[in-house]
Amino acid sequence: MTISTLTRGGAQREQQHCLRKMERVIIAMQDPDIGLKMRNQRLLITVIPHAMTGNDIMEWLIQKYNITDEEAGHLGGLLVQYGYIYPLKEPRSLILRSDDSPYRFQTPYFWTSSRWPASELDYAIYLAKKNIRKQGELVDYEKQNYNLLHKRINHTWDFVVMQAREQIRASKQRRKADRIVLECQEQAYWLVNKPCPGAFDVFDLGPERCNVLNSRVILNSSLLFFLLRISSVPNNSLSSHFLLSLSCVCSFMKFCDQYHQHDPIMSGCLPSNPWISDDTTHWTINTDLVGTPTRLRVERWSFSFMELLNDCLGRREFMTYLEKEFSGENLCFWEACEDLRHGESSKIILKVEEVYKTFLSPGAARWVNIDSKTMERTLEGIKQPHRFVMDDAQMHIYFLMKKDSYPRYLKSDLYKNMLSKAIVPQETKKSVFPFMRRQRHSSPSPAMVSQATEDNGKAKGAGPAATNSGTLS
Amino acid sequence: MRFSISPEMATQEVQPNETLSNLKAESDTLKTKLEDERAKLHDVELHQVAEKVDGLGQFIMKTRRTLKGHGNKVLCMDWCKDKRRIVSSSQDGKVIVWDAFTTNKEHAVTMPCTWVMACAYAPSGCAVACGGLDNKCSVYPLSLDKNENLAAKKKSVAMHTNYLSACSFTNSDMQILTSSGDGTCALWDVESGQLLQSFHGHAADVLCLDLAPSETGNTFISGGCDKKANVWDMRSGQCIQSFETHESDINSVRYYPSGDAFASGSDDATCRLYDLRADREVAIYSKESIIFGASSVDFSLSGRLLFGGYNDYTINVWDVLKGTRVSILFGHENRVSALRVSPDGTAFCSGSWDHTLRVWA
Repeated sequence: MTISTLTRGGAQREQQHCLRKMERVIIAMQDPDIGLKMRNQRLLITVIPHAMTGNDIMEWLIQKYNITDEEAGHLGGLLVQYGYIYPLKEPRSLILRSDDSPYRFQTPYFWTSSRWPASELDYAIYLAKKNIRKQGELVDYEKQNYNLLHKRINHTWDFVVMQAREQIRASKQRRKADRIVLECQEQAYWLVNKPCPGAFDVFDLGPERCNVLNSRVILNSSLLFFLLRISSVPNNSLSSHFLLSLSCVCSFMKFCDQYHQHDPIMSGCLPSNPWISDDTTHWTINTDLVGTPTRLRVERWSFSFMELLNDCLGRREFMTYLEKEFSGENLCFWEACEDLRHGESSKIILKVEEVYKTFLSPGAARWVNIDSKTMERTLEGIKQPHRFVMDDAQMHIYFLMKKDSYPRYLKSDLYKNMLSKAIVPQETKKSVFPFMRRQRHSSPSPAMVSQATEDNGKAKGAGPAATNSGTLS
Repeated sequence: MRFSISPEMATQEVQPNETLSNLKAESDTLKTKLEDERAKLHDVELHQVAEKVDGLGQFIMKTRRTLKGHGNKVLCMDWCKDKRRIVSSSQDGKVIVWDAFTTNKEHAVTMPCTWVMACAYAPSGCAVACGGLDNKCSVYPLSLDKNENLAAKKKSVAMHTNYLSACSFTNSDMQILTSSGDGTCALWDVESGQLLQSFHGHAADVLCLDLAPSETGNTFISGGCDKKANVWDMRSGQCIQSFETHESDINSVRYYPSGDAFASGSDDATCRLYDLRADREVAIYSKESIIFGASSVDFSLSGRLLFGGYNDYTINVWDVLKGTRVSILFGHENRVSALRVSPDGTAFCSGSWDHTLRVWA
């Protein structure tokens, strides 16, 4: 038994939210107090009531939402594209002109949200009406649609023509202004719902979403989840598990502040942003294993242990330091565990054996110092090797390095020398001829670099190095 | 103390007298209780504390590159670790690898299906993964031999029972994480195609995922049509945290650079920030004039800016701390479907239904 706990399926779901919001805007625009001032508009010799100019619409949007001309134009344009406002002059051009071109609000009967999907029968009647009223009124794609419908619903064609004639007769009895308004409304509706091929189609949506799943199963797992959360802490209070908002919020500010200088979009980058200046120096001086790193880069290693390890140069420096202290095996062990965790399933058993032989067995060449409990658990786990069998040991060594070796490294001469040697590139002065474009050089593809190093018998994944510029052969 | 749920418990038959509506009522009660507990911790809003932070000056970003070559809607894109290459996929089944800096196309693959909604670059830069309406995720090694047909070396890795919505390599080329319209996420071994772990808990299509940048590297987030954003433990397959404050489908989730929070973009036209340690939503990024859904979000390197690509063809730039909109970028001529900041933060790339990709800086 499946019960839909969600609203309608299909592509409609995606549209519901924005259509509702657009309708709210439209309703606000028509509010007697805060809405647009509408007036009569002259269309040829007829006077159309309740119309407004494109300019009015723009002004209202700018004022109500406190936005720029450009944004108001964009938003207004969308309201027109989705059929909530239609132009009186040049009705086939669904754009918002910010001049005195007249526009009207579409009647809710014809709103996109209320009458979708459009029925074939209604469309046939509409096209028939146009055809009857004036020969040659239908444009190419409409003629094609008309012919297609004529074939497809041929069995009800008499009904279509009869309805069309009836509607034309009924409309002749209306006042001219009303008749024109109704015709405009209907035309606008069909321009949105059956657009010219190639034009914007509001119903051009992605693949169907929201395949309803077995609600019972989901509710069961939700229930268990909530029960677990509430009962897993003493006194049924969650406060002991989760930090107070203030400290969390302050940590965001601290992080943003710390990384501010390192964020090229916020602070620019030296010597220049390659995407702006077409000069790739910024990348060449920051390659993975560059000879002399930049100051910003070396400073970043002091932000957190993760930053140091994530940078191959930083990691290499740290390894050098550890080896001086005769604790290099810690980092090697950690790397071997990472390789195990993220490597191929087929190599797990082999890797676990290697790690055991090299780091954990008594008298191992690079024996790591883990506490006895963790060692015991790990050795037990090795009997049935799996991807995560080294997790505990790896975590232990990681925190050992983080709490002990890492802070000492930052205080060491090795690091301090690195920092003082580090370069601070000069900011490129803006070119005297700003329109002169530099030649944009290609860089070797990482796939090629990797293949080459593999051929040389070195380890794969040395990282892409955009050292020499030059085209690929 | 935490105890684990086994997947079997979730599918156990309940007492016959417990109807679906009873279950729902109980679930709702517990949910309210949880929200009440969370609210007790709510002592301050992010934007209040951020009042003392300096405001951002004039913000200028322009399109610096336009990548033309797709014949149809661009649905997804990803950066290569080399900071300049990009892979993108589109509705007509084409997957293209570009050097965005020179705008040259380097590789092209035609998938046997349309609507390739997911694509990802391997960390080594030597392969790309992609999938969509074929319900699969396939890995293509990138060959430099111009004569070689990339499709020949294709490796089928993931198999779902509905469309593939997102995919991502983990720390290496050897594992892929996928999310699908069948409501699940899954972790796969690339070499063998073996399923390593599956993640159940979403009540509807899962639309997006993102891997945590944390030290222990074991969690990821997903967002779906059930309006929920879930945090998962990759090792056990359990959902460890869940957030449900959006009013519509969540199209995109992205971790804050520190890994302590994440942002989400939804069809309800808002982006939200969720703090993982405080276990609650801490900011909403919305404006009355923004009516269309956010399809894709990403942070700048420092986490100060949040870029959101929207279905109204624009890109809104938000001040993460103050909650205000810094700028709106025009340029695309149809909805923005993908947005990612480059690995070194020098630029971001947006892909759109107008068939193009743009790099902004």
